[in-house]
Amino acid sequence: MVLADTLFRPLIVLGSFALSLLAGIGRLAMFAGRAVRAMLTPPWYPARLFEQMALIGWFSLPVVGMTALFTGAALAQQIYVGGQRFSAESTVPAVTVIAMVRELGPVLAGLMVAGRVSSAIAAELATMRVTEQLDAMVTLRTDPWRYLIAPRIIAATLMMPVLVGVANIVGILGGYLLAVYRLDFNGSTYLATTMRYLEADDIVSSLVKAAVFGFLLALAGCYHGYRSGGGAAGVGRATTNSVVTAFILILMFNLAITVAVFGG
Amino acid sequence: MSVPRLSIRGLKKAFGPKVVLDGVDLDVAVGESLVIIGGSGTGKSVLLKCILGLIHPDSGSIKLDGQELVGLKGKALEQARARFGMLFQGGALFDSLPVWRNVTFALTQGKLGAGAAMHKIAVENLAKVGLEPRVADLRPSELSGGMQKRVALARAIAANPEILFFDEPTTGLDPIRADTINALIRQQVSAMGATALTITHDMASARHIADRIAMLHGGRILWDGPVSQLDSSGNAFVDQFVHGRSEGPITAGANG
Repeated sequence: MVLADTLFRPLIVLGSFALSLLAGIGRLAMFAGRAVRAMLTPPWYPARLFEQMALIGWFSLPVVGMTALFTGAALAQQIYVGGQRFSAESTVPAVTVIAMVRELGPVLAGLMVAGRVSSAIAAELATMRVTEQLDAMVTLRTDPWRYLIAPRIIAATLMMPVLVGVANIVGILGGYLLAVYRLDFNGSTYLATTMRYLEADDIVSSLVKAAVFGFLLALAGCYHGYRSGGGAAGVGRATTNSVVTAFILILMFNLAITVAVFGG
Repeated sequence: MSVPRLSIRGLKKAFGPKVVLDGVDLDVAVGESLVIIGGSGTGKSVLLKCILGLIHPDSGSIKLDGQELVGLKGKALEQARARFGMLFQGGALFDSLPVWRNVTFALTQGKLGAGAAMHKIAVENLAKVGLEPRVADLRPSELSGGMQKRVALARAIAANPEILFFDEPTTGLDPIRADTINALIRQQVSAMGATALTITHDMASARHIADRIAMLHGGRILWDGPVSQLDSSGNAFVDQFVHGRSEGPITAGANG
């Protein structure tokens, strides 16, 4: 009996983990469904939406811009050094623009905004849950799904393409600055090569990824914040879990979109 | 006999194995102020949340003027809630909004617009709870606990509800501020002619607010009667609770 317990223990643990993971995915999917319904049906709160667009979009610009600038410059340096091994230093502008627009711009902006916005949404909603503000809202005949959740998810979905657009441009600029001022590239040749290798599909996939990531990161924040409980510790848990969930979702969906668009 | 404003029958609610409400029967007459007393963890807040439709009971009936509330959804539930005003234990004011938007939230449902008119209504309601007009433009975080309770009371009465619910209205307040809140509740309930249902374990508050008192223990109403009979209830549970004695049928760990 003891031997059987020992033998089956890992399977039991694995099975229990798989079941709880599936249950979690199911809950998140149901939450997403209800959130989408709230987004598509009245009443709408345009003032809340614009407020969230400013909070998510405008105030994320510095962190997204800084991340993209340094990443673009570091990327150009790496491509240059790596390219030297097979005399391909001239690929710096082409590889930088493709890498930034297709992958690094959307993913890094997504992760940075997730760190900033998902956690803030989760903390705010979790605090509202703990202090009974969500219950108060319901008794005052206002649906928290429409008043709180829908504006946040719509705002993030709309603002992320703008942020990723900025991240792409600033990232390319970072690569340009490093290439021109440190690696002695010709400025106009660098820009011309960048434009020659940038295709419409790259931009479209980048912006589609951005919108999807915006939806996911706000969804993760709302999901963990709205469902939280357990006082101050619950608020902390919701904040941490929202960031972890947002990161995993962004990376998973990034792969899925990349394979779907560029998988051949 | 007239239909009670609120009539609860056989209300049950359990969370997993823990039975919180085990067949609550209770009536509240029109214009009456009923206070439910009971120790911490006896299910007072759960009962209130079941009435407000925030928690779904496992079984039983809650009728508002004869209309069943359990299972009510959509517009019908909205219409029932429009008749309610609720003062939450911690105030539950919305941090992101100024006081005047909080006070008029039931009227606007969070929509902007009619700002000047709403500000005027907020100031009028703040005056009813003894707060100056300047408070209207402050944020909830700038208020003391007592002021937050007053603002929450102003929010609860702003839409002239027919039924007011108070969840531990004096918790966390010093005796003087608690007495002020009790007086305000009594005054506003009388002025509006509203029906009131309060849950508390503060006996001074209960005596101040109540026309009638009911005691919830073990998931059921053990006793109810006029406040004047509270000290001669003849119920050992009520006697122990009212006099705050550690010895008696209620044990400290009975409710978890």
